[in-house]
Amino acid sequence: MIAASVFDLPSYVQHSYLGLLGEQLEVSLGATLGGLLVSLPIGQACARWRLLYPPVLGLVTVAYSIPSLALFVFLIDYTGITDTTLFIALALYSLCILVPGVVDGIRTVPPEVKLAADAMGYGPARRYFQVELPIAAPTIMAAVRVATVSSISLMSIGAVIGNLGGFGQLFTTGLRSFNLSLVWLGLFSLVVLALLCDVLLRLAQRLMTPWADRRSARA
Amino acid sequence: MISFERVTKRYPDGTVAVNELSFTAPDGAITVLVGPSGCGKTTSLRMVNRLIEPTEGRIAIDGTDVRARPAAELRRSIGYVIQHAGLFPHRTIVDNITTVPRLLGTDRRTARNRAHELMELVGLDPALAKRYPYQLSGGQQQRVGVARALAADPPVLLMDEPFSAVDPIVRKGLQEEFLRIQGEVAKTILFVTHDIDEAIKLGDKIAVLREGGVLAQFASPDRLLAEPADDFVEQFLGRDRGIRRLTFYPSAGLSLQEGPVVAADTPAPSARDAALSAGTPWLLIVDADRRPLGWANPAALPDQGPIGNARLIGYGHAFVPGSDSLRAALDAAVLSPTGWAVGTDGNGQVLGVISQESIGSAIRAAHAQSSTERERADEKAAAADASPDSGTAAEADEPSAADSAGSEAPPSDEAPLEQAR
Repeated sequence: MIAASVFDLPSYVQHSYLGLLGEQLEVSLGATLGGLLVSLPIGQACARWRLLYPPVLGLVTVAYSIPSLALFVFLIDYTGITDTTLFIALALYSLCILVPGVVDGIRTVPPEVKLAADAMGYGPARRYFQVELPIAAPTIMAAVRVATVSSISLMSIGAVIGNLGGFGQLFTTGLRSFNLSLVWLGLFSLVVLALLCDVLLRLAQRLMTPWADRRSARA
Repeated sequence: MISFERVTKRYPDGTVAVNELSFTAPDGAITVLVGPSGCGKTTSLRMVNRLIEPTEGRIAIDGTDVRARPAAELRRSIGYVIQHAGLFPHRTIVDNITTVPRLLGTDRRTARNRAHELMELVGLDPALAKRYPYQLSGGQQQRVGVARALAADPPVLLMDEPFSAVDPIVRKGLQEEFLRIQGEVAKTILFVTHDIDEAIKLGDKIAVLREGGVLAQFASPDRLLAEPADDFVEQFLGRDRGIRRLTFYPSAGLSLQEGPVVAADTPAPSARDAALSAGTPWLLIVDADRRPLGWANPAALPDQGPIGNARLIGYGHAFVPGSDSLRAALDAAVLSPTGWAVGTDGNGQVLGVISQESIGSAIRAAHAQSSTERERADEKAAAADASPDSGTAAEADEPSAADSAGSEAPPSDEAPLEQAR
């Protein structure tokens, strides 16, 4: 019985399961949030100056293609074997999903809506925060969901370089001690966590943008 | 009052969108900018609220240059309605309408109360207040657009093809509602359209622009139809401008004949004899309520029985003297197989009939009156031009000239327009 063996854990893991969960959530969600904060201005700039987008897209794609181990080795020189290293790497990877998401989102704002906002007397900052960003939100949130799930699973590789990587540590520990149930537990936890985050983000988006459901269906 | 003073917009690539445009849109009236695509009408409109800055010249609202205050502040004092409404999809209808008052710092409750009043004014069910724009039809969205533009009670309204994106039936309804609303709010409106019919229907003044942003003519709709300034304007107006002009002449002055109107229960032989001796070519048969049934040819009436049993010819449609224009009267006569139009009161009861010929002479008389009016107005304008404050004086004088003329003699340019609406 998998379920029985999964919950028949060595005491050191039982005690630290919540700790792993905390680390997992903190680093993967934090990295996505960090990536989003960087992507918003970059995406806005790419949407405004069209010539900027192709090179930026190339850059974030190249960044995504850097093998994670190589990136860790490079970052360890500066930030050591810490969650910060993991955080920076994951945030960098998330840009490849989030920057196009932000650009597509800003582009969904109909030109006549922008024109109307200008004509009503919105200043540039107000127009951005009160009109463009809310209208772009559904598309951006879709990208955020993908980036979150991707960060959660990508993070396990952190276990290879040290006591990092959240649930990923269950894989390394399980392999080292030939305890397959630990590997199963890690896998199960990651999948459930990813699904749960996706569902919660989807729910949050529904609540934030009640106007978006039918509009996208009709478009 | 919105005045354009030698306004030019030249783009860096040398394209001239608007060329030395000068005209004055009078207070409380609808001024329509009309012309083919590429004539700079939208550019001209957007220069008023500085979405586009002119290269040369000056635009002033009530004498104050639009560049005298920051653009955002200026725009909050000018209502703006565009083709696809441009509603904010992420805001409910009531929040869309309260946009400008909220930007101006009005508290939420006051703004919402005002929004509900406006929804009523533009003919929207208050139950729609909590809906989102995607849940409304195109026509309803456009009404919200108008309500949003009126929310902060701006004295000036700019409208850029607001009714072009809806189907013809909805458009007609929106146009009529728009005139009704304007009757209540009396804003100074600058209205852009490519549709000359819409311009003539809505405009108190019409500015016809040609390609390259040159003003071809600036006149009242009646005058535009009567005296197009050149071939371009004439072509733009189309081949039926004579007929369309009749919209501005009231049908109140037509003298209807009651003689040919006969009740259906009249014995056929006596009606025939009376008609033949009076030389009446056609008899209009009416029922007991004096509603029209159809035409009968006196010569073909049967020898016995009531006249209602005779074979009747359809009368097309009737017109209502007073509330309908000469155009409606003429149309009724042209449509009728007998060449006679039926005039009824508001309840559909027959007042009398009139022939195409009589309507024709009424049209000639109306034309004569109207040209005398125009000459008189021209003299006034010329006199006003001589005074130092020329442009404004001419505008201000015109309505009063019309009023004084209306009392003793024929109504002027403007008066029949109101009636025909």
